[in-house]
Amino acid sequence: MAAKLTLGPIQFHWDADVKRDFYARIADESPVDIVYLGEVVCSKRTPFFERYIPDVVERLERGGKQVILSTLAEIILPRERALTSSLCSDSNHMVEINNAAGLFAIKDRPHCIGPMMNVYNERTMAHLARRGASHFAVPTELSGGVIARMAAAGIELNAAIEVQVFGRAPLAISMRCFHARSHRRSKDECQFVCGEDPDGLEIATLGDERFLTINGVQTMSHGFLNYAQEIDHMLAAGVKHFRLLPHSADMVAVATVFSDLIASRIEGGAAMERLADQVVGPFINGFWHGAAGHQYLGKVQAVTP
Amino acid sequence: MKRPELISPAGTSAMLRAAIDAGADAVYCGFQNATNARNFAGLNFSPEELRAGIDYAHSRGGKVLLALNSFASAGRFGLWQEAADLGAAFGVDAFIVADIGVADYIARNHPQCRLHLSVQAGASSPEAINFYCQEFGVRRAVLPRILTIPEIRQLRDEIPCEIETFVFGNHGLMVEGRCSLTNYAVGISTNMDGACSPASKVRYERDERGYVSAWLGDHVIDRFAPDEQAGYPTICKGRYCVSGRSDAFYAFEEPVSLNLMEMLPALVEVGVDALKIEGRQRSRAYVGKVVGSFRKAIDAVVTGKAPDLVDLLAFTEGHKQTQGAFKTKKWR
Repeated sequence: MAAKLTLGPIQFHWDADVKRDFYARIADESPVDIVYLGEVVCSKRTPFFERYIPDVVERLERGGKQVILSTLAEIILPRERALTSSLCSDSNHMVEINNAAGLFAIKDRPHCIGPMMNVYNERTMAHLARRGASHFAVPTELSGGVIARMAAAGIELNAAIEVQVFGRAPLAISMRCFHARSHRRSKDECQFVCGEDPDGLEIATLGDERFLTINGVQTMSHGFLNYAQEIDHMLAAGVKHFRLLPHSADMVAVATVFSDLIASRIEGGAAMERLADQVVGPFINGFWHGAAGHQYLGKVQAVTP
Repeated sequence: MKRPELISPAGTSAMLRAAIDAGADAVYCGFQNATNARNFAGLNFSPEELRAGIDYAHSRGGKVLLALNSFASAGRFGLWQEAADLGAAFGVDAFIVADIGVADYIARNHPQCRLHLSVQAGASSPEAINFYCQEFGVRRAVLPRILTIPEIRQLRDEIPCEIETFVFGNHGLMVEGRCSLTNYAVGISTNMDGACSPASKVRYERDERGYVSAWLGDHVIDRFAPDEQAGYPTICKGRYCVSGRSDAFYAFEEPVSLNLMEMLPALVEVGVDALKIEGRQRSRAYVGKVVGSFRKAIDAVVTGKAPDLVDLLAFTEGHKQTQGAFKTKKWR
């Protein structure tokens, strides 16, 4: 199985037109192999883009991309339950499941497991694989050592492991909307204020540290997760899929850097320089090294399973 | 009217005895390692202590539920397996689990044992709960603290298992089991290591004006004026700054505790099977007082009397209490 570059679902509330233009460019110009499409953070956002999805899927597929539909991470309300059931009954596309409600709906049809499904060990992988899971995007907080063991288990199960290698790290999700709260509104009265911040709303500590990013009901890292220097370790560990999360930066340029890295056309150091031109940063990579996620550690020894 | 079970935390043997003596129908506890979500120094049970605690509870008609509700990261599964085997050998009345692999292990190897779905599994819809019931024969689901009473009522009609809800204690507002904030801040994972904002990473610093900064690792989570009582630096209960607001504010939630004593009649009427008190990290006095108060209140409600609303404010975080999401969707 060849290594693949994937583009995860857009985490932020971008205008439908912006999303359409974004995916058109991804379809035409980016070296991405697989695109995950769909709202994963807040069900209130879904109506804006829903009607464009068939066209976007068609455009991406015409551009040679495989399209996988992603489900919501948090499912409580009737509309969220209905949305998940209908996605899981789409027989034309693979679905990435981010909530156990989706596992119930998909029954034993083939599917992918998303990073919010909390797959932390081989036994969980084996159980889910028996019911049709063929692909695991692992939780963002995992270290390289744990991921290497899961990649080895994936080979036994004939299932690929996918790791986020670029973009702010999703850290938590809630029923409460923090974007609305910061504007002194409730979630029901949010007026989609999250749409004003294409990369999320940065929050700082009282110690003047830029610490976290609010994205509606989601909380993300402030720094941009960047595993450019770790890609060779990941390839050695058997990781096959590398996920970029979309940001307002030039994602075609970002994807090109990672594509070059995966194909060994450039080295990690050169990739870091090119990425620094695209993203203000800072970059973080602590999770991979088993350190605090907000940190950036220099290049260290390869991780052995 | 059905009388719901009252479930008490037991962080130590002394707390377990205090809870049973105060009228808890069951206690929940964990081993002294990462297999449970309150893996704090000085807390929890050795195997011998658990065996003795089970004897104490069983001899008084109480039950012991063993929390194995953290997530076993690849390479460490043996720790959870060993804890499950010990718990089964000791005769715990149920395991509280969140990890699919751990649930699978217990369902296959100890099929006689009851499985409760931990709040850490984050199952907040009938479909999600049905998944765990179908796959592992889960007998009870602990509901996330994010549902309103009408939502609980609707949910209970669509699932085949019992339901348990929190009524008192810590008011976490991130979806449980889906929060990596502590790992991001200090490199210790709530899901994998069982600790949120661990005390080993906490320090307080007073400046020359008398302001106290509460640090978690390298991060100032809150700063308290000289006339404020300094609180514990939990990331989702700190004060932060955003552009566009001049004040530092509780960007996620204020330090506040859940207290549903006034809503007990509604919870009993909905048919909740068990009511849970949070706080394995709290004291024996906390358990005695809170369990005793809820015992009396539940007994009053099921016999059709108005509960005696005891003042539990002294046992809440920051001396503030809320009915959170249970009361109104505005909380969201």
